[in-house]
Amino acid sequence: MPINYYIFLSIALFCIGVVGVLTRRNAIIIFMCIELMLNAVNLMLVAFSKMHHVNQAATNATAGIDGQLFVFFIMVVAAAEVSVGLAIIVMMYRNVHSVDVNFLNRLKH
Amino acid sequence: MTVTEILFWFLSALAVVSAINVVISKNPVFSVLWLILTFFSISGHYILLNAQFLAVVNIIVYAGAIMVLFLFVIMLMNLNNAETKKNKWLKVAGVIAGGCMLLVMIAALKDADTAQQLAQTKEGNIGLISYLGKALFNEYVVPFEISSVLFLSAMVGAVVIGKKGD
Repeated sequence: MPINYYIFLSIALFCIGVVGVLTRRNAIIIFMCIELMLNAVNLMLVAFSKMHHVNQAATNATAGIDGQLFVFFIMVVAAAEVSVGLAIIVMMYRNVHSVDVNFLNRLKH
Repeated sequence: MTVTEILFWFLSALAVVSAINVVISKNPVFSVLWLILTFFSISGHYILLNAQFLAVVNIIVYAGAIMVLFLFVIMLMNLNNAETKKNKWLKVAGVIAGGCMLLVMIAALKDADTAQQLAQTKEGNIGLISYLGKALFNEYVVPFEISSVLFLSAMVGAVVIGKKGD
């Protein structure tokens, strides 16, 4: 497949994630949209790693493997991030009995 | 149209439609279920690109672990009240901002040098676990060990933050 199809698909998924972060007020859904953006980037990295591999295959048999390892590390970091982030959301729910980010304006006063 | 193209377009349409449904669903549980469908279609893309290890890890880690965690939190909180006092213009502004970003990025990248190159599908063995494992435990062994420290700190952080009282 041409690489630009993958580029456009990833951009579309990323922008849907951005729209979700900007328009929704529920903290959990905002968090899910961030996960969606991370996955769009992962898809892009895998597609580019395969593109690099097919270009460099003559000189280096494992060209492009770094991109897939980066995706692996992004997944590792995302898992750690989700565990801490959901703990923060649970704590926020315990304090204000809502996960609406509009209620978190205490710093304004 | 070859089988690869049909699969690519089907998985892309599935990913985009389910991603849009994540954003527009009223009920957070439905959002989680649509997001799981998005992750499965992205895993399908990985299989199409012959990145089999990442496809399996994506299903196990994202659809299996992270989304179950989201579902647990949503069900524990018992969120059945809708979002309060929506500002309609804020939503319109958000959609316009995201659409502008989409437009600018596509316009910037459609004539890039790499745009006509091919991403190898169905073949190539760098996505197989033996190659990834060799690279991971030779060149990337230090980041791998550091990520274990990251997990430990995330675990401690989650317990400390989620603890009742103070």
